Amino acid sequence: MARLELSNLHAEVAEGDEKILEGVDLEVQSGEIHALMGPNGSGKSTTAKVIAGHPAYEVTEGEVLLHLEDEEFGEDIEIDEDQRTWNLLDLDPNERAALGIFLGFQYPAEIEGVTMTNFLRTALNAKIEEREELFEDEEGAEEEEEDEGFENSPMEGPADDGEVGVAEFQGILQEKMEQLEMDEKFAQRYLNAGFSGGEKKQNEVLQAAILEPSIAVLDEIDSGLDIDRLQDVSNGINALRDEQGTGILQITHYQRILDYVEPDHVHVMLDGQIAKSGGPELAEKLEDKGYDWVRDEVYGTA
Amino acid sequence: MSSDQDHLKETDTEARFEFKKEENAAVRSGKGLTEEVIRMISDDKDEPDWMLERRLRALEQYHNMPMPSDWPGMPDLSELDVEEIIPYIRPDVDKREGVDDWTELPDEIKDTFDKLGIPEAEKNALSGVGAQYESEVVYQNMQEQWEEKGVIFCNMDEAVREHPELVKEHFMTTCVPPSDNKFAALHGAVWSGGSFVYVPEDVTVEMPVQAYFRMNSEGMGQFEHTLIIAEEGSEVHYIEGCSAPKYGTHNLHSGGVEVFVGEDAHVQYSTVQNWSKNTFNLNTKRAICEENGTMEWVSGSMGSKVTMLYPCTILKGRGSTDTHITIALAGEGQDIDTGAKVYHNAPETSSTIESKSISKDGGRTNYRGLVHIADGAENSSTAVECDALMFDNESTSDTMPYMEIEESKVDVAHEATVGKIGDEDIFYLQSRGLDDDDAKKMIVAGFIEPITEELPIEYAVELNRLIELEMEGSLG
Repeated sequence: MARLELSNLHAEVAEGDEKILEGVDLEVQSGEIHALMGPNGSGKSTTAKVIAGHPAYEVTEGEVLLHLEDEEFGEDIEIDEDQRTWNLLDLDPNERAALGIFLGFQYPAEIEGVTMTNFLRTALNAKIEEREELFEDEEGAEEEEEDEGFENSPMEGPADDGEVGVAEFQGILQEKMEQLEMDEKFAQRYLNAGFSGGEKKQNEVLQAAILEPSIAVLDEIDSGLDIDRLQDVSNGINALRDEQGTGILQITHYQRILDYVEPDHVHVMLDGQIAKSGGPELAEKLEDKGYDWVRDEVYGTA
Repeated sequence: MSSDQDHLKETDTEARFEFKKEENAAVRSGKGLTEEVIRMISDDKDEPDWMLERRLRALEQYHNMPMPSDWPGMPDLSELDVEEIIPYIRPDVDKREGVDDWTELPDEIKDTFDKLGIPEAEKNALSGVGAQYESEVVYQNMQEQWEEKGVIFCNMDEAVREHPELVKEHFMTTCVPPSDNKFAALHGAVWSGGSFVYVPEDVTVEMPVQAYFRMNSEGMGQFEHTLIIAEEGSEVHYIEGCSAPKYGTHNLHSGGVEVFVGEDAHVQYSTVQNWSKNTFNLNTKRAICEENGTMEWVSGSMGSKVTMLYPCTILKGRGSTDTHITIALAGEGQDIDTGAKVYHNAPETSSTIESKSISKDGGRTNYRGLVHIADGAENSSTAVECDALMFDNESTSDTMPYMEIEESKVDVAHEATVGKIGDEDIFYLQSRGLDDDDAKKMIVAGFIEPITEELPIEYAVELNRLIELEMEGSLG
């Protein structure tokens, strides 16, 4: 079980002083599904990016803590008492990923020339390696040589002991793709290059399924999906929670996806803050009445 | 993972390219370019008179030609002093034409090539391999099965002695005459070593033929000549790799490559160059394509201080085809000026140029291209695509595509993109667990993928490793 805790989080655009987040408080646990809703520009995507460590935003106040339990990453990694809580703001994006944070992008990058298979296996192994470094005891750390990167090129993938080899990875990938009903040709396509909107979203869920995060923040993963694809993606998200116990923070504009991915908690974001929280019924009310009534309720304006 | 890749993995890449051996030369010319030096080279090689005459004529042309100076944005050659370059060093190998048994090589030369992964490359899927050290080819071997089919793969000096008629006809006559440019003239005067490849009619050499060039001594010039003759209906893939350690003074590499692609023949010429950062790399490479012939150039330019290299294809016969794929990487203090030239001199000819460049730490890359479609070359087509990737605001990249179209019934396309390596792309990969360095390496590896997929696996791995090495520690 892991718990992500945002408290009094303030952030602004790094180049400039435009304030975007003005005191966000939010908690997401493994196994829970939270929906984060709100109008455009309210700060939903910024919240997601700040959690993952996007360099374009500067946190001016508050904390993003990740609490881990001692068997978070299986039996191989023992987590000391004093390593159970991490302030994510002190860590690089890849270190956050290694600790179990996943960000599903609204507009994922297209990387030409890098096949899905190579990319995902490299990412999985990078995560395993980084995790070992974060949790090794301190005496070991001094002896450890400086990270020399990959044994081969990133295109070839790492070949160290304890990492996932090509054949083993093919098996994992094939299984996950079948679950998501993805065409096996995906494996040899270049990362997101020429993917349709729906394929990109499906690919984000596939990556989460392979990297097995504790907490997945999914930024408008429902946008631009037709109804069939929405169901596939939703099934994938439910599987993340049901089979891997991932905690989901589902950012969305619409009620639509919540018919398939039923949230335990719904939060409404307005002007860089969580204005109101509730259960699934809150999402339905938003669908009927829009966001203005929340604004009225919170600010008491007409 | 195959054993050859394991081998490549074992040796530290940086050490492999930066080490240098004590010089142990049997014959060494003086500095500079005089008739005396040219006669001494020719004499040491026991050359026939006709070759000496060609050398002396080229020398005269060299002295009569000005340095190129009127090219827009041309690299700075002011630090290059040809008079200070030692044009000829013969290493101490017993047999003049080199050896065909690896164990007979002197230890220091064997060590050098062992460290570079040669001849391990030979063991896997090469038809033949040659290795040049300084001015001379010191090792040459060709699989018997190809010899039996009449394929010739030998060093150029041997070709002058053993195959004079073929050499007389093709050597710097119609393809790259010394009058072509000042460095072609220089090359014609002092050339030494290199490869001669002859493929008879209708013979397909399925496995690549490889040559490796190593410049070891300080202040020397390397001027190897490569002559490839592919007769009608034949097919061959020739690969060369080049490297040199870094010294305080400048080295000069000025190679000459001539390729004759017969009717319906197919030649691929691939090169991965990693000259040291003080080398001036000024070459002339050209192919002539007969009817329905196909020429493919694949080149990766990593090292050197200045590179000026524009492989050229003359599409002489109807229906002939040319493809260029080039990758250039320029770091601090490097100016890699490279591109392609294609002359469409017959109808229904086609060409494709794909140029990729990467610049970082203030390095400069430039695509300089010329596509000429002659009057009467109707129904010809050309497509040029240039992509540039920059790592920082100090680096520069230019694109100078010239198109001279004299025929109206043609199809011409040009596309260029220049981009800084994307922060969003890097963040995306980081969010999946890759650190900053590895994210950038992955983006670059993907960027150059079109070239690596054209190369045999050892070269593809090598190219990726070279590029990674170039990028180590240079990333913010």
